[in-house]
Amino acid sequence: MSRRVRLWILSAGGTGLAVLLVVACFQLPGFGGDQHPYGDRAVRESLARRTANTVASVNFDQRAFDTLGEMTILFSAVLGTVVLLRQTRDEHRAKPAPAQVAVPVRRYALVTLPVALLTGLYVIAHGQLSPGGGFQGGVVAATALHLLYLGADYRALEWIRPVGLYEVGDALSASAYLVLGLAGVLAGTAFLANTLLSYGTFNTLSSGGAVPLLNAAIGMEVACAAVVLLARFLDQAVEIEESGKTGKTGKSGE
Amino acid sequence: MDDALIAVALLLVAATATAAVATRDPVHQALVLSLLGVALALLFTVLQAPDVALSQLAVGSALTPLLLLLSVRKVWRRRQRQGRTE
Amino acid sequence: MSVLPYLVAVWVFLAGCYGLATSRNLIHAVGCLTVCQAATYVLLIAVGYRDGATAPVYSDIEPASRPVVDPVVQALALTDVVVGATVTALLLALVLQISKRHGTVDPDELSELRG
Repeated sequence: MSRRVRLWILSAGGTGLAVLLVVACFQLPGFGGDQHPYGDRAVRESLARRTANTVASVNFDQRAFDTLGEMTILFSAVLGTVVLLRQTRDEHRAKPAPAQVAVPVRRYALVTLPVALLTGLYVIAHGQLSPGGGFQGGVVAATALHLLYLGADYRALEWIRPVGLYEVGDALSASAYLVLGLAGVLAGTAFLANTLLSYGTFNTLSSGGAVPLLNAAIGMEVACAAVVLLARFLDQAVEIEESGKTGKTGKSGE
Repeated sequence: MDDALIAVALLLVAATATAAVATRDPVHQALVLSLLGVALALLFTVLQAPDVALSQLAVGSALTPLLLLLSVRKVWRRRQRQGRTE
Repeated sequence: MSVLPYLVAVWVFLAGCYGLATSRNLIHAVGCLTVCQAATYVLLIAVGYRDGATAPVYSDIEPASRPVVDPVVQALALTDVVVGATVTALLLALVLQISKRHGTVDPDELSELRG
């Protein structure tokens, strides 16, 4: 099928889809309306369980099973990426040549790294109180570690980030989420039911029952997953090369 | 005032998204996607969704463009080495 | 104004689909898929918005003092953002494998099945 015929079919289908979607837009309730029955009930339940951040309550208390599903998708995606990007038999590793980094960049990166890492951990820890949580804080902490790559070089990054350790951490935190859920079953209530721990005082770090614990598990999982993903991609882009045909190994100069 | 701010943020998102699709070179597209991430974070903040804005800022402005750039570098390096052997 | 966010979401989604279908570089196609995902986030958050309301977080306001927006759609979009990025990473890993096996990332050149 030639490209022109494909473009014609695309425009026909696209126009039909556009018409249907625009008609549907006009039949949705107006933007900014006042009818949010599900939302009102979710807020009421969250306040009854003394969790100040209602979004965290929905994620880790009322719909904790969906978050388990999301975590499984994340874990499987990382697993698939690690398998796809592994070093095969016809490839070898070439040590990257260190590059010159400007001194202001180096100073800025090394000063900002602990601050950014601490900010990520803070965002994870306060997920049940203010905007934040495991998902956001995990990504912030993982990308904070890579400031070392910008400020120093690839060798320093490998020193701070032994990939095997982070892979184990990813698996451990995923299992921790499951074990915390099973604790509900063992105690006689439902899987992932938030009725075991006391709900604490509103607006303190230990409020919300099991929400802080699930939050921490997800935070560790997302951080380890992001570090492992970036590590595999960096390996492929910087170190791993195909051997054989040329007989000489190229420098990657990063 | 609220409505005007939301409308401006929405149009900014639409403009950066169109630019991201129209940019055919993946390296430039990664930079435009980073801008799209910031525009989306701005839109979510204006729509009173700070959790989602935090998430989108961390992921969309740093993680996804970085992965795209690393893939482009890998493909370019392989093509360079193939060019040298032929 | 009462329909603008939904129309913007539809426009962004269709733009992403168009880019995906007419792309000449698989890495560019993965970027267009990211644009499609962004459209769904905009739609979700726009559905949950309430005029004159504030964020559904009670760390600095008294409960029941002000109306708040819908937290359920925010929870859905929030996990989706992070998980979508990891699925993008998986797709890029597949693109790297295609580049290794077939030597090209142009979808038009990949149409024949190799024996």
